[in-house]
Amino acid sequence: MQLDAKIPGGPLTEKWDKYHFDMKLVSPANKKKLDIIVIGTGLAGASASATLAELGYNIKSFCLQDSPRRAHSIAAQGGINAAKNYSNDGDSIWRLFYDTIKGGDFRSREANVYRLAQISNNIIDHCVAQGVPFARDYGGLLANRSFGGAQVSRTFYSRGQTGQQLLLGAYGGLMRQVADGKIKMFPRREILDFVLVNNKARGIVVRNLITGKIETHAADAIVLGAGGYINTFFLSTNAMTSNVTAAFRAYEKGACFANPCFTQIHPTCIPVHGTHQSKLTLMSESLRNDGRVWVPKTPGDKRSLNQIPESERDYYLENRYPAFGNLVPRDVASRNAKMQCDMGKGVGKTGLAVCLDFDDAIKRDGKDVIRKKYGNLFQMYEKITGDNPYESPMMIYPAAHYAMGGLWVDYNLMSTIPGLFVIGEANFSDHGANRLGASALMQGLGDGYFILPYTIGGYLAGTSMQKVTADDPEFKDAAKKSESRINSLLSINGKRTVDDFHKELGSILWEHCGMSRNNEKLLRAQNLIRELREEFWKNVIVPGSGKEFNQSLERAGRVADFLEFGELIVIDALARKESCGSHFNEAYQTEENEAKRNDKDFCHVAAWEFAGENKEPVFHKEPLAFENVELSQRSYK
Amino acid sequence: MISTTDKKNINLTLKIWRQKGPDNKGNLETYHANDISTDMSFLEMIDVINERLTLEGKDPVAFDHDCREGICGMCGAMINGRAHGPEKGTTLCQLHMRHFADGDTIVIEPWRSRAFKIIKDLAVDRSPLDKIIQAGGYISVNAGQAPDANAIPIPQETAETAMDAAECIGCGACVASCPNASAMLFVGARISHLALLPQGKPEAAKRVQVMINEMDELLFGNCSNHRECEAECPKEISITNIARLNREFIKSGFF
Repeated sequence: MQLDAKIPGGPLTEKWDKYHFDMKLVSPANKKKLDIIVIGTGLAGASASATLAELGYNIKSFCLQDSPRRAHSIAAQGGINAAKNYSNDGDSIWRLFYDTIKGGDFRSREANVYRLAQISNNIIDHCVAQGVPFARDYGGLLANRSFGGAQVSRTFYSRGQTGQQLLLGAYGGLMRQVADGKIKMFPRREILDFVLVNNKARGIVVRNLITGKIETHAADAIVLGAGGYINTFFLSTNAMTSNVTAAFRAYEKGACFANPCFTQIHPTCIPVHGTHQSKLTLMSESLRNDGRVWVPKTPGDKRSLNQIPESERDYYLENRYPAFGNLVPRDVASRNAKMQCDMGKGVGKTGLAVCLDFDDAIKRDGKDVIRKKYGNLFQMYEKITGDNPYESPMMIYPAAHYAMGGLWVDYNLMSTIPGLFVIGEANFSDHGANRLGASALMQGLGDGYFILPYTIGGYLAGTSMQKVTADDPEFKDAAKKSESRINSLLSINGKRTVDDFHKELGSILWEHCGMSRNNEKLLRAQNLIRELREEFWKNVIVPGSGKEFNQSLERAGRVADFLEFGELIVIDALARKESCGSHFNEAYQTEENEAKRNDKDFCHVAAWEFAGENKEPVFHKEPLAFENVELSQRSYK
Repeated sequence: MISTTDKKNINLTLKIWRQKGPDNKGNLETYHANDISTDMSFLEMIDVINERLTLEGKDPVAFDHDCREGICGMCGAMINGRAHGPEKGTTLCQLHMRHFADGDTIVIEPWRSRAFKIIKDLAVDRSPLDKIIQAGGYISVNAGQAPDANAIPIPQETAETAMDAAECIGCGACVASCPNASAMLFVGARISHLALLPQGKPEAAKRVQVMINEMDELLFGNCSNHRECEAECPKEISITNIARLNREFIKSGFF
């Protein structure tokens, strides 16, 4: 397989405009005859569905939840970046582009990231027109705040619920097209397989989660926006149903998986409290604008936090990174928190936490100002922990949060399966080895509103399609295969629950392939995952039948795929013999313990091709060319 | 039982509504939940019960949930007769066991409303809420049509009031709490959010009429000012939004 990223020629600033013009168009009359399946209704999926329907295509839209409004994009708190320069602080499209490339530790494509920065402004315009209630200044114009990894204020926000408001905007657009008959909505459906006809993606197999019925659907192209895979770690900030199943099926059918080891561990989450914990809660990164991160200077200091005097606190981020202070990018903040805790300076019952202190901010601005900015976050913190952050410092610790890796796509957002497009967190393209805060919302909506709707037209206009229906033999075969997989899961009848397996997989990955990795630990993880997978297929217990609403069965299918996919994360981490962004291999670090890249040998995208069950995947390399930015050691000092 | 307890682990008796499917008859079953850590969330407590039932070869309790951080609106059940349980402004996933005492009996039932059919146990069908939005709960704008985001200044207070309404998570607690099973708070929140903003004004009159019609057709009841919805809304959405809905509705008749 030859990877062709199809990056257009010409100067960086003109690539997208020119490409846009060169693309073939589908006439309005023909759009009406074309069917597109969109999987997922998060920011990427919902915006793509709505926009494609506005253009005239016939859309079938699928989601897991009972309503498209509930996709996990809804939980994004902090905000969405755009290069509007409304703050007049020196921002520009070029600066947003540069910050994103640098933040990703020079492991993303220049052309994709530049395009994203360009369209960031259109996204804000569209969302405001939809009625998204962004925060405003007293003059009635839009307010901005700064966010981790940037020195300008370019983040637009709706209190601590920006993802919710943006998603409800996209959901409104989607519902409008449902009412117009241009979108047919299929909620409570799980993707079980893809159907390829003549090597093109032409359909899907889904399970109706209420009735258990296996359904098949055909289309002229498929858009996958099913989110990221960070729930492989079990404990993460993702929703309980977030999964890798759809992406993994695509991988098995021939879509390359890119950079799976780029997994973001977010620095500001509520620490783990016990073994029954089902998920970790993120506290928005915006808190680092006013909160100061510290640990006691003396390891093992067990005094209550308020009793530790100023002189005995180590504000380690401010001391180590004077230029960015508490606003260093996520990977840097997370790694430093781990380092402090490894030295025995962690706080709280488990010693796996650091302080995020608002005392100075409250003294400076007053409680009311702080409440207005972060009130809902403080409330959430108190609800979960029972502690009041106005009175004593918050305790935070890193948690698995986001997947920069994803299915490989070219400049058109098309995977290595013709006709299968991948958008939002499910693809790999824009965040390199580390995503900056407030960039996920930008990318999801950018893909859905302003990139995919054009590029998919280019594909459809230039491809001849044979007629395919959902009753064709290829579809029936795929449905049968999915059914037999369900039956195998139900018939094992072992002694361990699905969650028990998932928890063990999560702890293997967290311990061996988390914030700090080394070859020995990675090799051990690979073996442990293989053993666990083997045990799963012999010893899992899945109650009930496949013909009913069966949440255990749903989880079993997802965990079976996490067990396969977890190994791919480890394989990719082993192959990348450097440290960059979120991927920190202890063997490759600077004298100051920062990630040390190897640009000579690893300035590339690692794309893995499925080679068959229990076979090592095939490695493909997409070299990254940097023509406009200079590769430098990332410094936030 | 709403007292906060200092004790770390507690023992509880649960009476949980079990119902195989929409057409089956349901009943309350009793379960013992022992040694429950008070740091757990309510849903984590049900996870523990479900793990046990699974190992005993029994059918675990079906319940909807997803984000477990109070924003997706997927979870919800009546806890001792109250939507999302005893804590104000809290979704069920954010309710923690520290608000219960050792020895408590907790009755757990699904949302009850003619418009929400039971799927299984605690999971109900809330798709009627989507249908109300489909009727007109949006601003009609296509991608690419928008002017610059700062072209229309919106007073901060207006934007904040719109945001107060826009916080609705569509969980259905308002419907489940209302003696009339009315969706007026849900509809009022959406209407207010959009009618307050200049972008939403061109369609305001039509929107309020079609959404109210749809709500009626889907068998939701009317508002008779019990205010249970406001009391139980996990996002504490004010019934001012119902007043604004009524005002918008009356206004819409003049044009």
